[in-house]
Amino acid sequence: MSYETVIGLEVHVELGTRTKIFCGCEVAFGAAPNSRVCPVCLGSPGVLPVLNEQALALGIRAALALNCQVRRSSKFDRKNYFYPDSPKAYQISQYDEPIGEHGHIDIVVDGQTRRIGITRVHLEEDAGKLTHSPFGDTSSVDLNRVGVPLIEIVSEPDIRTPEEARLYLEELKAIMQYCEVSECKMEEGSLRCDANISLRPVGASALGTKTEIKNMNSFRNVLRGLEYEQQRQADLLRSGEVIVQQTLRFDDATAKTIVMRSKEDAHDYRYFPDPDLPRIELSESYIAQRLAEIPELPANIRARFEQDYGLPAYDAGVLTASKALSMFFDQTARLVKDPKAASNWIMGDLLAYLKEDGKEIEGLTMQPKQLAGLIGLIDDGTISTKIAKTVLRDMVSSGRDAPTIIAEQGLVQISDEGELRAIAQRVIAANPKSVADYMAGKEKAIGSLVGQVMKETKGKANPQVVNRLMAELLSSK
Amino acid sequence: MDFYGGIKRLQEGLASGEWTASDLVGHSLATIETYDAQVKAFLRLDGEGASSKVARVGNNGCAPETYESHETVHPTRSPLAGIPYALKDNLCVTGMETTCASQILRGYIPPYSATVVERLERSGGVLMGKLNLDEFAMGSSTENSSYFVTRNPWDLSRVPGGSSGGSAAAVAAGMVPYTLGSDTGGSIRQPAAFCGVVGLKPTYGLVSRYGLVAFASSLDQVGPLTHSVEDAATVLQVIAGFDERDSTSVKVDIPDYTAALTGDIRGLRVGIPMEYFDTGMEEGVRRSVEQAIATLRELGAQIKEISLPMTRYALSAYYLIAPAEASSNLARYDGVRYGYRATDPANLLDMYKKTRSEGFGPEVKRRILIGTYALSSGYYDAYYKRAQQVRTLIARDFAAAFAEVDVIVSPTTPTTAFAIGEKTDPLTMYLNDIYTIPVNLAGLPAISVPCGLVDGLPVGLQMIGRSFDESTLLKTAHAYEQAAGFSSLRPTLVKEVR
Ligand SMILES: [Zn+2]
Repeated sequence: MSYETVIGLEVHVELGTRTKIFCGCEVAFGAAPNSRVCPVCLGSPGVLPVLNEQALALGIRAALALNCQVRRSSKFDRKNYFYPDSPKAYQISQYDEPIGEHGHIDIVVDGQTRRIGITRVHLEEDAGKLTHSPFGDTSSVDLNRVGVPLIEIVSEPDIRTPEEARLYLEELKAIMQYCEVSECKMEEGSLRCDANISLRPVGASALGTKTEIKNMNSFRNVLRGLEYEQQRQADLLRSGEVIVQQTLRFDDATAKTIVMRSKEDAHDYRYFPDPDLPRIELSESYIAQRLAEIPELPANIRARFEQDYGLPAYDAGVLTASKALSMFFDQTARLVKDPKAASNWIMGDLLAYLKEDGKEIEGLTMQPKQLAGLIGLIDDGTISTKIAKTVLRDMVSSGRDAPTIIAEQGLVQISDEGELRAIAQRVIAANPKSVADYMAGKEKAIGSLVGQVMKETKGKANPQVVNRLMAELLSSK
Repeated sequence: MDFYGGIKRLQEGLASGEWTASDLVGHSLATIETYDAQVKAFLRLDGEGASSKVARVGNNGCAPETYESHETVHPTRSPLAGIPYALKDNLCVTGMETTCASQILRGYIPPYSATVVERLERSGGVLMGKLNLDEFAMGSSTENSSYFVTRNPWDLSRVPGGSSGGSAAAVAAGMVPYTLGSDTGGSIRQPAAFCGVVGLKPTYGLVSRYGLVAFASSLDQVGPLTHSVEDAATVLQVIAGFDERDSTSVKVDIPDYTAALTGDIRGLRVGIPMEYFDTGMEEGVRRSVEQAIATLRELGAQIKEISLPMTRYALSAYYLIAPAEASSNLARYDGVRYGYRATDPANLLDMYKKTRSEGFGPEVKRRILIGTYALSSGYYDAYYKRAQQVRTLIARDFAAAFAEVDVIVSPTTPTTAFAIGEKTDPLTMYLNDIYTIPVNLAGLPAISVPCGLVDGLPVGLQMIGRSFDESTLLKTAHAYEQAAGFSSLRPTLVKEVR
């Protein structure tokens, strides 16, 4: 029997606010343990939460960007659980009235668009971090993360393969980043993903028993974890066994899922409305403002790049990996004759140079119009493509204009036929062996002669002109 | 000099040089020294802190003070400058142990002060110490304190009421001119009634809860216990108002409360809820309250019988909602970060279990269990949700009544102070709050003023006002008080020391 996989994802995204969701503590990754805390986030007796307006605004913006319906009225609830990472012994979350519901995002799978439903988006506070000594004798609690604002995004069980899950996450991450809701750095935990997965016979409508996988802390591990679990469940079902509903942990080292707890250990969170926080009431104009803050989203930009600039889908994908990159390309493309050339320069050399410098596109001082200027100089024959690479290398580090660098280093291309002809004649005279080879029919030998000319001119010779002159000179021999 | 004449009189004496702020502290300490060995109102006395505060505010209480924020405050503007006060021990004060009369918070030193405390401190108030209460404010007699029982200054064999029993007894015994308490189901008004003082529970949202250790967050409210309605108005003036640290505090304009105390209540419509008189009320209480109603009529008020039919469900709703919220609020006391921690636990789980078993008293445990049960999956709809629906109906009852009347009058409690150890069954104890609880459920303001003595024990008259209409409430209470003359009574224990 063949099975269909059904996957739903629960994604936690840390909102990029300056301060925590219910107190004034600064949000900072990597600060000394328990240094970003105050009586409120420590849950000291008598303290009260006050909602961070920025967290609400980002949450609503995210919900709208995920095509959710935003509730005009919602509320916070207490999720009661007793664990050392939670100093109040409850988490302020949203239970039955989340800020957003009934959303979706589209992903492209093998050229086909697939719509993945989003059940809900809700606001909540993060918990602390526990670290356990490898010797098992001590555990440490860091409460810096307590109260960091999160949204939880729950998808419908619409995902059918681990690869779709990865694509969904990539798209989700891109949307959050474009909206400046979150940096979504999975390695810093600002995007976290849990997955529910079950199998059912192809054609069946009822869902099979699911397992939940936690601790998949990279996109690659989401893929690996789901692939492993999909296989494990299929093997069990084929051998006539049943799936046990349980929570699993993905182990990076072995690439296997390990049982954390079974259904019987499920918590009763005793949700109830948090009496310390008034209901969230949103006006139409407030929601309209949040909607207006959403920029053009990556799916739309990709389509536009393909259509308006004639880019291949691959290029459009790479160039929309981040908002800054897509904006950089978009602005450059408008200023050049051939947008594909701009795409090549950005995807190839520019990204490579940034990587060399350990910089992000956001930190680049070079402006799109400077890159467009450089491309223009290639187009009009002022510099060769090879020289342009050198110039770009300088531009990325220094932020200076191409003409300045070219003038300073005397990099203008030599296209003067008289000058180049003289050099070519010298090269022919000095390399009788190559000339003889060429004459004997080894046409490739011309390459070596052209190379010599380039070398003599320190790469500044116009290669097209040199090629033509060299062919002329040799054929006249 | 004594404190029974009210805050205004003390302020006049400070201004005229009749006495100094240190005289007031001295008198407070002397009275505490004389009576508190018997009354046991104070959990913690801070004479040194009081003296250093006096040094800062000056002997006339009017020296400008510069606070940490470099903001200079001139207490001249405040009628509380140089006046001693004390706090129920569930209000946090930076650096001063705060226990909620529980073992589990033994040794807990808050790193911040409650907003109400900050406001009193900035007004030049002189804090004398912290007062006893039922553990975590759960109780009606102060017998649930895990430290000791506070006694009623009118009869040392009787309870002072609760949970703000220490706050009421300290004022009644003349140890301080005023105290702050907290009221979740009657915890200011009931002890005020038992001890013959004035107790005001403001509208939910008028006074900040920031720094009040939570019992039931949707019901808790801080308020003053004083010798007179005027004093209650004076203290309320300072502590009331929006606080950005409490999201449930409300942005409303704060009127001049003392200006409302005109003594004129002619034409005021006073409602008498008939359901409140159906229950097991003591005969003496009934007579005192009926007499008070007659006094109000003589003052020109129109007396109308009204109906609050949902009253009979109030107690049940309250004993689901309050414990449910408490079960969540008290879950943080685990012995890890502060307070009491059990010794020699076998492991982490054992430490939690032992700490909470040893740290909480029986009444607190009972309410945590009830609340946990009421919120459990499968029971939530039947209990907590249902109770919230009842709460809505109770609020509607009051809203309908207030369409016809301006103030509602009832007894504060069905009986006068009962004997220590008399009520052993929790249910009988809960019945004590039958008249006060509906008010908290509806979030309304209410005050208890003395309305007579029965067998040498004070009786309290409860007046309930419209939301945020403390002015009308205080005006009515003040007019009654002036006409009836039962305020500023000295309990038998206290001899006049003038
Ligand atoms: Zn904080």
